[in-house]
Amino acid sequence: MRLGSGGRRPDGGSAVAESPVAAGGRGLWARLSGSYLMEREGVLGGALLLPAVLYLVAVVGYPLVLSFLYAFSDVTTGSQALHLVGLQTFERAIRDPVFLQALRNTFVFTAVSQALVIVLSTALAFVLNADFRGKWFVRMIVLMPWATPVAISSVVWLWMLDSIFSPFDWFARVFGLLGPGDHIVFLGRSGLAMASVIGLQTWRVLPLATVILMAGLSAIPRDLTEAAEVDGAGFWRRLFEITAPLLAPVMMVALLFGIVFTFTDMAVVFVLTGGGPGNATQVLASWAFYKGINGGNLSVGAADALFMFPVLLGLAAIMLRFASRAEVG
Amino acid sequence: MAVVETRGLRKRFGDTVAVDGIDLLTGEGEYLVLLGPSGCGKTTLLRLIAGLESPSEGDVLIGGRAVTSLPPRARRIAMVFQSYALYPHKSVSRNIAFPLAAAGVPKDEWRQRIHWAASLLGIEHLLDRKPRELSGGERQRVALARAMVREPEVFLLDEPLSNLDAKLRATARDELKQFQQRIGTTTVYVTHDQTEAMGLGERIAVLEHGRIQQIGSPREIYEDPANAFVATFVGAPPMNLLQRNGMLVGFRPEHFLPESAAGGRAGLQRLSFKVGRVEYLGSDRYVYGRVPEVDPEAKVVAKLPSTVPDVVPSGETVPFVVPLDALRFFDRDTGVRKPPPPGPIA
Repeated sequence: MRLGSGGRRPDGGSAVAESPVAAGGRGLWARLSGSYLMEREGVLGGALLLPAVLYLVAVVGYPLVLSFLYAFSDVTTGSQALHLVGLQTFERAIRDPVFLQALRNTFVFTAVSQALVIVLSTALAFVLNADFRGKWFVRMIVLMPWATPVAISSVVWLWMLDSIFSPFDWFARVFGLLGPGDHIVFLGRSGLAMASVIGLQTWRVLPLATVILMAGLSAIPRDLTEAAEVDGAGFWRRLFEITAPLLAPVMMVALLFGIVFTFTDMAVVFVLTGGGPGNATQVLASWAFYKGINGGNLSVGAADALFMFPVLLGLAAIMLRFASRAEVG
Repeated sequence: MAVVETRGLRKRFGDTVAVDGIDLLTGEGEYLVLLGPSGCGKTTLLRLIAGLESPSEGDVLIGGRAVTSLPPRARRIAMVFQSYALYPHKSVSRNIAFPLAAAGVPKDEWRQRIHWAASLLGIEHLLDRKPRELSGGERQRVALARAMVREPEVFLLDEPLSNLDAKLRATARDELKQFQQRIGTTTVYVTHDQTEAMGLGERIAVLEHGRIQQIGSPREIYEDPANAFVATFVGAPPMNLLQRNGMLVGFRPEHFLPESAAGGRAGLQRLSFKVGRVEYLGSDRYVYGRVPEVDPEAKVVAKLPSTVPDVVPSGETVPFVVPLDALRFFDRDTGVRKPPPPGPIA
């Protein structure tokens, strides 16, 4: 709403205080603020959202559209002409026996690591919410994996799980579980390699889940657990009847985050095993990367990656529902 | 039913002493109120009795049994929290059933006992609701029902009325009293509200700095305060205290009346009251001023009922009287109650 060109801005700014004659020389900002445009919620909201929207369109929206286009075409890094071939590319992707293995591995990788994360993070959150000496130090150590770049932590783990120099081998030898000269060879056997990949992912996601659950725990009023204590409930009854149900929505949030992070993750597999031995630890994300980028078959790579899409869409919908419910509560 | 006893109970939090050596003994089925300003240690004392805090020194006995080292659930007590602490994810009937489940009461008894507790508090129609669907007063009743359902030996109530609005508080206070008289369980009730304390308590323990300043019936607390703290904490407006010859002379505002309204009774102390401001409050008028002949520094309040004619113009000095037997004397330095000195005070 414009109150006439002589109107003063509420903040006492001088931009609009000049006479109408001088108004012709005013800058855009002065004119915008003079008309109180930025104080209209619709305009200001839009302006503040714009950078985020542009960013998302550029780095998420555009690549997503592109990958849909590629998946329905036969484009390769060699020939970038876009021939739409319908569902042929998807068919080719599924026919590859490695695809099915990668699909299965992705679910195993996600399910096992997140099951571990949710149990361990709940226990950790309880411990870290309690009062004890040196709590800050333990908290820091627990949160460390989250703050460490995956490239560094993966390399560290690469050495930890090295076929010859692994410290775990050394411990196993000290405790007589391993004969002299023997090695566990974590990354060279399919079962152990999968376990290693799952272990590292659990280690990576654990801190985030723990922090989320700690926040959830500290949001439960102490009165409630104390009331339960006075009402006669022991530790386990308090845990299962009071704390756990109240923590459940937060637990769900932590779990959904972890699933999304893990389902789409290729960093751990890429650094630790490269999908091997054979394709024993190949997951959809790493497989799409190897096929599409390393192998140059952009269309099949895109099709492989798009198989994650419906799962992620479903998870996103659930997350949003939880988020809005949390607001109401 | 059981008595609650504390012996030399002390609780330190770091450098601060929240409860400083409290010896307390309730009667059987008694309604004992712990009254004091915030930070006086009354809630900590209640939590020590409940077992939610462990004492630095001393013992807690319930029904003659030392429970100091026992967890809350082994003490056969029930507590109502200031926030009511209803379990938000459970329905009202599930909330009330919780102590039964915890005590291992067989499931087929639950229904009958839930209905017994609910009917006593008039909340049978709310049994299927969730706590968030209840009003403040209803929540308080659910909390009480949950507390009484397993028939504890002692009730501990921590400011259960402070979350209710003022209008509701008066009726809730009345209901609380009737409720306790009906079930006759020993009750320890914490409040900072003296009206609640006076109305509910058979005896009141006034606390300050983690110590019991006085314990007695509401009448004793009000009429014979043991020290200057109790005299000024209980009563609104508080007792007037004036310095005189190394002593504090105290009298209640309602005992301080214009001489013309006293009707020439004997045994009156005459004091010249320099009137400052008059506050009209409907049933009463508060008259603020000073008595320069006794203590020119001290502010003095007179509480005149509306039945006393309006004879106190501001700015003038008016003859007032106070009955000699209404005067209380305290040591100026320690605040401890003293016998009346011989001779007049002015």
